[in-house]
Amino acid sequence: MRNLKKVAALMLTVAMTVSLVACGGGSTNTAKTTDATTETTETTEEAATTETTDTSSEKIIVGFSQVGAESDWRTANTESMKSTFTEANGYELIFDDAQQKQENQIKAVRNFIQQDVDYIVIAPVTETGWDTVLQEAKEAGIPVIIVDRMIDVSDDSLFECWVGSNFLQEGYDAVAWLAEYLDSKGRADEDINIVTLQGTIGSSAQIGRTDGFEEKMAAYPKWKMLERQTGEFTQSKGQEVMESFLKSYDDIDVVIAENDNMAFGAIDAIEAAGKTCGPDGDITIVSFDAVAAAFDAMIAGKMNVSVECNPLHGPRVAEIIQKLQAGETVDKLQYVDEGVFPAETAKDIKPTRAY
Amino acid sequence: MNNTLKKITGYRLFLPLVCLALVLLVNVIKTPNFFAISIQNGVFYGYIVDVINRASELVILAVGMTLVVAASGGTDISVGAVSAVAGAVAIFIIGGGEASTDFYHAPYILGFFAALLAGTLCGAWNGFLVAKMKIQPMVATLILFTAGRGIAQLITGGNILYMRVDSFKQLGGFIQGVPLPTPVFVAIFVVLITLFILKKTALGLYIQTVGINAKAARLVGLNSVLIQFLTYTFCGICAGIAGMIITSRVYSIDANNAGLNMELDAILAVALGGNSLGGGKFSLIGSVIGAITIQALTTTLYAMKVSADQLPVYKAIVVIIIVSLQSPELKRMLRNAKLQLQNGQQGKKVA
Repeated sequence: MRNLKKVAALMLTVAMTVSLVACGGGSTNTAKTTDATTETTETTEEAATTETTDTSSEKIIVGFSQVGAESDWRTANTESMKSTFTEANGYELIFDDAQQKQENQIKAVRNFIQQDVDYIVIAPVTETGWDTVLQEAKEAGIPVIIVDRMIDVSDDSLFECWVGSNFLQEGYDAVAWLAEYLDSKGRADEDINIVTLQGTIGSSAQIGRTDGFEEKMAAYPKWKMLERQTGEFTQSKGQEVMESFLKSYDDIDVVIAENDNMAFGAIDAIEAAGKTCGPDGDITIVSFDAVAAAFDAMIAGKMNVSVECNPLHGPRVAEIIQKLQAGETVDKLQYVDEGVFPAETAKDIKPTRAY
Repeated sequence: MNNTLKKITGYRLFLPLVCLALVLLVNVIKTPNFFAISIQNGVFYGYIVDVINRASELVILAVGMTLVVAASGGTDISVGAVSAVAGAVAIFIIGGGEASTDFYHAPYILGFFAALLAGTLCGAWNGFLVAKMKIQPMVATLILFTAGRGIAQLITGGNILYMRVDSFKQLGGFIQGVPLPTPVFVAIFVVLITLFILKKTALGLYIQTVGINAKAARLVGLNSVLIQFLTYTFCGICAGIAGMIITSRVYSIDANNAGLNMELDAILAVALGGNSLGGGKFSLIGSVIGAITIQALTTTLYAMKVSADQLPVYKAIVVIIIVSLQSPELKRMLRNAKLQLQNGQQGKKVA
């Protein structure tokens, strides 16, 4: 009898634990099921339309697997794809949200292959692990275009081309802007002390921006890089590291922040130390990404410039697809156009920005 | 003379204090201006101020973590995620869910208490799983560790929400006319309240008893389930307070990054404070010293201009040294070596 009670209690515990675990993952589970249902409805719709399109019109079917919705940048990236590949433009877009998981992306690519889409576009979660599924796509004769992050595969012919930001060029642009700015202020002959807030060490944005800046600043012997330290792309770390910089060096002229969030943290630290920054301040702030909040900071006169990291990949991908349709070959690496936005233009440009 | 030395070295907090002093001592040699404090903008300004300011959240988390470790012999790995949830709840309520706002949509106090409530609920959930359902603490808190950031993302809609009101920045910054950063006072307040509760009631003793042997504690009439549950709930409240400071510092909530990896630092702080991660006897002040040591180390490495890619290596080396300094095994080895030395000397004398 007692044993029976124990067994019953144990089973109850197990049942409850299982249900608890289910509760914990509940939100994602439901999200997945809804995704799956939309996917299947899309699939059926797709199947129906494919049959008709094959005979009637020349609609190009594009399958796009997106990382997920992680930031404003990502949302703008998705929007750009959705607004480019519309029916009005002669496309049919099958969109898949991978919710930051590579296995979802691989599943999505296999679905695309089964649905026999014309082109597959992937914004990969991670660099590695793509060989098998891309081989399947190649065997099915579907060209694959990679956007944003690069992938690491043994055979380059597994994908048609890559579209994304040229972080090295962004570093070059920052140097070019700074040189021109200092010249216009009549400080070209002065010694300029620079500190850098680096991104997460090893990320492609950090490597490209650091190297690009270092390479080009060699042409300016008066510029001195006092120190580089990582702010891990976050506002709070950027603030903490900037606090330390301000105590180590009395005469910082320029702060290079490898993304806007760290620049916001740096601005707070500078103001807390009783110094000023921006076009009318003691310290020049050069930043990257050009998100909406950066334009606010520039309009408020606290930031000097932000070098864009353009998420609007849609038009470039469409251009590539048109070329491939015409039977042309395309370059393996395709960079999107990226602008430099100084503070004085911020007010006019902000309303035209998509993100 | 020898006796007083023994008394000092035998003091529980001796080693944690020595470790903190060692970390700070490096600065005397490498960056002499580390200890300089000046007044700028009407507030104290210097590396030391940075250390105690930036250590505040960690101190608060370490206080909660110490009690959890003491009562259950396990760790709560969800505190970082829970602080993100608390911050998200607060900003969502007082910011009205807008991406960027410059006025309060709801009273600040409402958001503050909602954040504490969110922390409490998360802590109570962990406590329920560990104390009542007897799930291993790490597994039980793993649920919120992974789901917590998801919940915070859900609240913020996956965006960074800004709350650009000056009074919102006070909790993580300065209150007009007060020369020290507010987080320091919050941390001191949390530590004092906790010490008061532990010393003035028998709760501290109960927690130790349950941590040493939960079954025996129950047999002598202690409600060990309730006591473990309370420690996890309290840990959740601490995470909520820390979350409010974190969000106030950057006047925004970034669900992906708020309190990231802080659970590991909190656990490390408890260990550096000379507490056993196996539960039982604990020292709250030890954990506080541990937390300050961790931040002092980070700030020291910044001040020494260690390059970013080598930073983790230096941190790891120092942590290894500190932890092994405090290990009982090393103490035994040292004692044995000393004994052998003495024996050898005696042997020589006889010869």
